[in-house]
Amino acid sequence: MKSKTNIKEKVLLSGNEAIARGAYEAGVKVASGYPGTPSTEILENLSKYKGVYTEWAPNEKVAVEVALGASFAGVRAMATMKHVGLNIAADPLFTSAYTGVRGGLVIVTADDPEMHSSQNEQDNRNYAFAAKVPMLEPSDASEAKEFLKLALNISEEFDTPVLLRTTTRVSHVKGLVSISDVKTSPVKAGIEKIPEKFVMLPSNARKRRIELEKRMKKLKEFADDFSENKIEWGDKKRGFITSGVSYLYVKDAFPDASVLKLGMVYPFPEQMIKAFAKEVEELFIVEELDPFIELHVKAMGIKCRGKDLIPSIGELNSYIVRKSITGEKGEDLFEPAQIPMRPPNLCPGCPHRGIFYALSRLGVFIAGDIGCYTLAALKPLSAMDTCVCMGASIGTAFGMEKALGKNALGKVVAVIGDSTFIHSGITPLINIVYNKGFTTVVILDNSTTAMTGHQPNPATGITITGDFSTIVDIEALCRAIGIKNIHIVNPHDIEATFKVLKQEVERPEPSVIITKYPCVLLPEMKKRKNKPLYVVRTDKCTGCRTCLKLGCPAIEWVPVSGDEAKKLGLKPKQKGYSRINAVLCDGCGQCVTLCKFKAIVIGKRDERKG
Amino acid sequence: MKEKGNIIFCGVGGQGILLASEITASALIKSGFDVKKSEVHGMAQRGGSVSAHLRYGEKVYSPLIEPGTADIEIAFELLESLRYLPYLNKKSRVVVNTQKILPPSVATGVERYPEDVLEQLCQRGLSVFHMDAFQIAKSAGEIKAVNMVLVGAISAFLPAGEKIFLDVVKERVPEKFRKVNLDAFSKGRAIIKKFQEV
Repeated sequence: MKSKTNIKEKVLLSGNEAIARGAYEAGVKVASGYPGTPSTEILENLSKYKGVYTEWAPNEKVAVEVALGASFAGVRAMATMKHVGLNIAADPLFTSAYTGVRGGLVIVTADDPEMHSSQNEQDNRNYAFAAKVPMLEPSDASEAKEFLKLALNISEEFDTPVLLRTTTRVSHVKGLVSISDVKTSPVKAGIEKIPEKFVMLPSNARKRRIELEKRMKKLKEFADDFSENKIEWGDKKRGFITSGVSYLYVKDAFPDASVLKLGMVYPFPEQMIKAFAKEVEELFIVEELDPFIELHVKAMGIKCRGKDLIPSIGELNSYIVRKSITGEKGEDLFEPAQIPMRPPNLCPGCPHRGIFYALSRLGVFIAGDIGCYTLAALKPLSAMDTCVCMGASIGTAFGMEKALGKNALGKVVAVIGDSTFIHSGITPLINIVYNKGFTTVVILDNSTTAMTGHQPNPATGITITGDFSTIVDIEALCRAIGIKNIHIVNPHDIEATFKVLKQEVERPEPSVIITKYPCVLLPEMKKRKNKPLYVVRTDKCTGCRTCLKLGCPAIEWVPVSGDEAKKLGLKPKQKGYSRINAVLCDGCGQCVTLCKFKAIVIGKRDERKG
Repeated sequence: MKEKGNIIFCGVGGQGILLASEITASALIKSGFDVKKSEVHGMAQRGGSVSAHLRYGEKVYSPLIEPGTADIEIAFELLESLRYLPYLNKKSRVVVNTQKILPPSVATGVERYPEDVLEQLCQRGLSVFHMDAFQIAKSAGEIKAVNMVLVGAISAFLPAGEKIFLDVVKERVPEKFRKVNLDAFSKGRAIIKKFQEV
């Protein structure tokens, strides 16, 4: 497929697909990451290219360490994660700034302003400053691919890891990208012992600390010459300094204005900023989230406006940028309609629904975690009382236990998914055993990392490329830690699950309950034949609404008036009845066990057509 | 100056909105336009409201449509057509699938599904093109082809020819489902053509 020219064709790619392509073209040999919106598709796509080793690591810290090791061995390497993942990987990040690299090393952090699928909207540009590491920030997919390559070059030239920061509107926006051929990295793979660089004993680290400062000084000078820090001169009445997706909003909102676009958001091109500021009448800094650029520009003694006008919460768009700066209201917009909300929900047939229904019936405090199952917090299940970060369920539940003493017995449960447990649930579970707790931990094993789009994890025994590997046996792992009471339940069997739960939460010893049933969205579950279809026998339904407490999208309430009730043969005072949507029903049967009146029965298969 | 446009795709997670917007984007690219398409993955896809923004023109900067500037809204579900009103203006064309998917609060009997969705759209002066894409897809032989019916429908408004669209559908859909999808596309397109004749 090699063509004479380097550029082969233009294709429609998302920012994440473009980063994967860039890594391939730049000859990245090892890439590791943990799934997390909006970063997941980078590794998923890279795993399809030949000649690159890709993997899902158990968590982001491991991913960065694997990539760093690959760099130490002289090959180009990449680690990918969502913004909060970098918190976990911060430890190796900060010290890798001291060791530097051999092969180019890029760490991609995909931030999520607006929290489309995240628990916070931290601005990871701050990590570049704090860890003393350069950071590039592309505006769109085309730049994402090119910047990944530039980041690897900078990494090798300056002997430093480089952060590449995207946001949801870069990662998940598709645009036209030029595809080119593969160029391999100049560094040679092999073992090289360089203890004064790689062994961060205090005596070595102190020396590297000095090197780090020298490097930052050089990088600052480089920033002024860097081709992706550029001024687009226009009308000089208003000048904008911006980066990333905010640049695109500025271009739409003020097409004629002068713009200094920062491709590298740390360190700053100070000479360029000074020169730009001098030329424009009024200087504006347009950036999402924190006043990162603004603070640095102000620290240089330059007057500018930024977060006094531009919101620091949530995403921007060209409308917000224009309105914030000009104060113009624009034309009247249609008012939003007053209509029912449609929040995301656990799927029909989701195995999590069974365990959360049982938990809500138990009336315990449920320390929750990160995954699809966090949706159990919503009505009508209302079965989650905390959600902080990956793995926090177990530690926080145990903290509550220690705070309340014996009063916590039977009242607090931790709930965590299989992938989340592997990510950071094992160490807090050890803590419970070691420090003599009795907290009950429910591990929701649905054989996948569902929320981010069904990535395999160590407990599934399948790798990113679909190869079979050793299955990490969660039950055996818990036993090895020292948990004596372990139960495996089928969460669709609500009654049996409830019994085990009740028995274990009251036990004054640590216990683990593993709910084992695959996610209904897994291809093998979707394809399964002979799924039963359940229907409600209207003649038997009393309208008690018990089945509705499951919050299953397939179960609908049909309200009826007095006359209609009579016509349908319902009880005279019955206000309605339940109905099962044949298109949505997945045949899990959870609702059957809940109906005391035996009104939910197996229906005929041809009704599935809806 | 070349033509430009903003299309907002909306509906419920799992309805095939991403593929529909992808096919539309590809057809516009093949017709020589620059395109940006914004979508949201992750938690939002679990049966909740979803939307995708598609912008095309000679050169597109922002991936997000500004409020009040969507030229076309394509609603995969009836109620969802009302959720994005602030993005529309009086000249906007709204293609609506009249299929109803009940939001949780309606399914559990807490709220009622509004009876007058189409009227509410018309009252605001919008040009409304409605169809039961679910039944049309069913008649084409595959209920999952709802998205292709709707792509067919909006294709009638776009500066990319029918043949280009059909080629993209052929490229994007596995052979097994090609015929039903092409059929669904043509049925959707024919409905808009009929609206336009009136």
